[in-house]
Amino acid sequence: MSARPYITCRELIDFIADYLEGLLTEIQANDFTRHLDICPSCRAYLATYQMTIRAGKETLRYDDSPDEDAPEDLIQAILKIRER
Amino acid sequence: MEDAVLVSRLRARDENAFETLLRTYMARLLRVARRFLKNEEDARDAVQDAFIAAFRGIDRFQAGSKLSTWLHRIVVNAALMKLRSRRRHPEEEIDALLPRFAADGHQVEESRDWSMSAEEMVQREETRELVRQSIDKLPESYRVVLLMRDIEEMSTEETAEALGITPTAVKVRLHRARQALRTLLDQDLRR
Repeated sequence: MSARPYITCRELIDFIADYLEGLLTEIQANDFTRHLDICPSCRAYLATYQMTIRAGKETLRYDDSPDEDAPEDLIQAILKIRER
Repeated sequence: MEDAVLVSRLRARDENAFETLLRTYMARLLRVARRFLKNEEDARDAVQDAFIAAFRGIDRFQAGSKLSTWLHRIVVNAALMKLRSRRRHPEEEIDALLPRFAADGHQVEESRDWSMSAEEMVQREETRELVRQSIDKLPESYRVVLLMRDIEEMSTEETAEALGITPTAVKVRLHRARQALRTLLDQDLRR
């Protein structure tokens, strides 16, 4: 049983990035999960914070896949600079 | 063509190899530059600077590294130079996009879970467009850190060095940038 007081939502949200990178000490990680167990709002915040990171990655990764042609004028301009 | 072959031909100053490099990597480096620079002309300038720098610096390319990763770093640096060279207007505050707390440390506004699977998200063009527009709305110094860390997957240390700030400042900006982006997405997705 832990006699430690619960951390606040503010403290939990401050710790999220370190929690996701596994940088919290065992005691801090334990405080983090104890708060999550009793706070649906922070569970939702954590889920949407993680979703935000994925959303950025997935969207830009998706943007990287179309077979867009390289602009020929820019290729020629750079080749010209090289010739000088 | 394999990286190692292309690099050795570039080192031999083979002009055809330079053209191959341009044609192979141009489109994707231009997309990287456009993420950092909203102006198309600046993005094209950054890509041009990056290719010239890569060609001149090819002897410093370390065997065993990936050519695409090395080129990405060069174009990110070229884009950062462009951003720095422009006189910036005072940056917008990010505070309005950060979560608010009551005096006792509780969230003022209850968070709702609108997370979805990555597959589900990628299938919806409207969600992808929302993500792009929301990233563009972030204040520049936060947007740049988010792009470098979460999208280009550069380390905290690499990002700190490229921006001339401390690793701690990178971590703080990244966390705030993600929180602000989350708030912007929340405004549309929490329905």
